[in-house]
Amino acid sequence: MTTDMRTRLAGRELPNPVMAAAGCAGTGRELAQFFDIARIGAVVTKSVMLEPRAGRPAPRVAETPSGMLSAIGLQGPGVEVFLQRDLPWLLSRGGRAVASVAGAGAGEYAELARRLSAAEGVEMIEVNLSCPNPAGGGLDFADDPAEAARVVHAVRSHTRSDIPVFAKLAADVPDLVALARACVEARADGLSLINSVRAMAVDPRTLRPAVAGGVGGLSGPAIRPIAVASVYRVHAALPEVPLIGMGGVRTGADALELLAAGASAVGVGTVTFSDPSACVRILRELEELLEERGADRVSDVVGAAHRPAGAPLGAVLGR
Amino acid sequence: MSDNGPVQTRSPVLTVRRVDAYYAITVVAPQIAERFRSGQFLSVAVGGEQSSMLLRRPFAIHDVKPDYGGTVEFLFAVRGPGTAWLAERRQRDLLDVVGPLGRPFPLPRDPVNCMLAGGGSGAAPLFPLAHALRRRGCRVDFVLGAASADRVFSAISARRIAETTTFTTDDGSFGVRGRVTDALERAMDDARSDVVYACGPMPMLRTVAAVAARQGVPVQVAVEETMACGTGICMSCVIPVVGEDGITRMVRACVDGPVFRGERVRFDDVGTIPFDALGAPGWKARGEDSADPQSGVADREAG
Ligand SMILES: Cc1cc2nc3c(=O)[nH]c(=O)nc-3n(C[C@H](O)[C@H](O)[C@H](O)COP(=O)(O)O)c2cc1C
Repeated sequence: MTTDMRTRLAGRELPNPVMAAAGCAGTGRELAQFFDIARIGAVVTKSVMLEPRAGRPAPRVAETPSGMLSAIGLQGPGVEVFLQRDLPWLLSRGGRAVASVAGAGAGEYAELARRLSAAEGVEMIEVNLSCPNPAGGGLDFADDPAEAARVVHAVRSHTRSDIPVFAKLAADVPDLVALARACVEARADGLSLINSVRAMAVDPRTLRPAVAGGVGGLSGPAIRPIAVASVYRVHAALPEVPLIGMGGVRTGADALELLAAGASAVGVGTVTFSDPSACVRILRELEELLEERGADRVSDVVGAAHRPAGAPLGAVLGR
Repeated sequence: MSDNGPVQTRSPVLTVRRVDAYYAITVVAPQIAERFRSGQFLSVAVGGEQSSMLLRRPFAIHDVKPDYGGTVEFLFAVRGPGTAWLAERRQRDLLDVVGPLGRPFPLPRDPVNCMLAGGGSGAAPLFPLAHALRRRGCRVDFVLGAASADRVFSAISARRIAETTTFTTDDGSFGVRGRVTDALERAMDDARSDVVYACGPMPMLRTVAAVAARQGVPVQVAVEETMACGTGICMSCVIPVVGEDGITRMVRACVDGPVFRGERVRFDDVGTIPFDALGAPGWKARGEDSADPQSGVADREAG
C-alpha cells in the first residue's frame, strides 16, 4: 500500500512533508546538482534581507559532537537579487519556494513581506525571529514574545492574504509556549521550530572561541531531542496550529519522530552539508516507514505521540 | 544531475598508502575521474553513517588514473579523529565521496613557462596541473617547500615532470633552508616564468602573489579554507575577493574558488569583513549591478 505523502500547511498543499531548511539549501542551484528540487515539499530560502549583507568574519563554523556550531551572520545578496535571480530560478525548476525573511526591525520585515508577496510564486513566508533585535540589548526578537509578536503582526499585515506566514522560533527562550502563543495571536498561520540553539566551543589550542564572535548556533543531530520536545510542547498547547519541525533530522525515522511529536512537515538543515542528497533520501526513507506502518496519509501520524499508548493510527483525527 | 557538476558516490577504496608524513588513499570513482580538472577537490564523509563527525573533509585531488574505469587519489596528514578514521580504511571499504568540487585552474592557450609553487601537502593539486600543462606543451618548473624532509611532497614525481625542481625546508633537512617564497624569485628568473600557479597556506600564497606582482607575472592561487559543505550552501568558507568591477565581495572558496587570480584575493583581510566589502556594516549600495555578490568573480583567464 502506498501512503499519500501530501501535507497541508495553513491551506497550502505540498506534495510531501520534507523541506530544505532555511540557510541550508543555498539558492537551490547548488543542491540541484544532486537531486531534482521539485521532488521535495519545498525549499526554504536563506533568510532574505533588504540589503546585501557580508555576514560575520571567519571562522564561521566548528564541528561539535553530532553537530555544528555556526555564525554565518546572514550573508546574502539582498531582496532585489533574490527576486531577480534566485526566486525565478527556483520556480523555473519547479521548486516550491518558502521565503524566509530577516530584518533589523518590524518595518524592515514588513517591507520584505510586501515585496515578496508582490512577486509571483512565493508559496509561504517564514519569519526568522532569531535575529538580533537592535533595541533588545543583545537579544533576538524571539527572546521577547511582545517583540516577536510585533514583527509577526507587521509581516502578516503586509503579506498577501492567501500566502501563509510561519513564525520561526528558537527553543532556547524563557517560555517557548508563551512565545508561540504570542505569535499565533499576532496572526501567524503556523510555526517553524526550531532554529539553532545558542552554544559555544573554545579551541583548545588557541583558547579562543571556535567561531568568531564567541557564541554561535548549534545545529545537527545533537539538538534533535530539543526539537522534538519543542514541537511536542507547542503542539500540546496549540493543537490547531500547523507546525514545521526541524532540528537534526538525518533519517526518515528522525522525520517521523517530529511528525509524531506534532509537526505537519519537517525541515532538513545541517545534514545536507554532509549529505547533499539528504532531503530526497529522507523523503524516501519516510515514505517506506509510513508504508510499513500502513499509514494512508501523512496526517495519520501527525501528533501520534500525544495519543494514549496503544491507540491506533488515526485515532486522534477520529478516523 | 548535470554532466560536469559534482557527483556523490560510494566509492571502494583501492589502496591506502603511507607517503612520508602523509597518507594517500585511492578510490574507484569513474564519474569523478572523468569530470576532474586540475585544481578541483573532493570531500569525504568520515566516521560511518551514524558518525558524530558531521562535516565532510575536503581534499585536493592529487592524481587521476584510468584504472578500473577511473580512480582518484587524495593525500592527507592525520590531524584529528576524522583523518585518523580515514587512515584506518582498508581496501574495499566504501567511502562516501563527493566531487569534483570547485573551479579548476585555468590553463594557458599557448605553450608558456609555468612556475608551480607549493607548500607541504597543499602542493597536491599541482601534480595533475603539471601533467595538464605538459600536455599543452608548457614548460613546468617546481618550487616545493615543507617544514622538514619527510614533509616534502612527491619529490620524485616532481623531478620527473618538471624542467627544474627547487626544494626548500624550514630546517634545511632537504634542499635549500628557508621557505618556498625565499627561493621563488630566483627560480622564476632562471625559468623565465610567464605564469605562476600556487597552492598552500594563506601566508605563503600571499607572498607568492606579491612576488608575482613584483615581476609582473600573472598568478593563480588555490586557497585552503575551512569549509563545512564544500558545495556552496553553507557560506562558511568565504574570503574577501575583488571582482572585475573593483568591488570586494565575500566569496565562497569552495565554489567560487578554490582557484583565484592572486591579485584579486585580499590576503591582508582574510579572516575579516573589510569595511568596503559588499554588504559590510555601514556599506551603502552604489548601483544596480554592484548588488550581486557573485558577479565579477567568475572571470578567470589563462595566464
Ligand atoms: C549554516 C546555517 C545557516 C542557517 N541559516 C538560517 C537562515 O538564514 N534562516 C533561518 O531561519 N535559519 C537558518 N538556519 C537554521 C536552520 O534552518 C535550522 O533551523 C537549524 O539549523 C536546525 O536544523 P538542523 O539541525 O537540521 O540544521 C541556519 C542553520 C545553519 C547551520
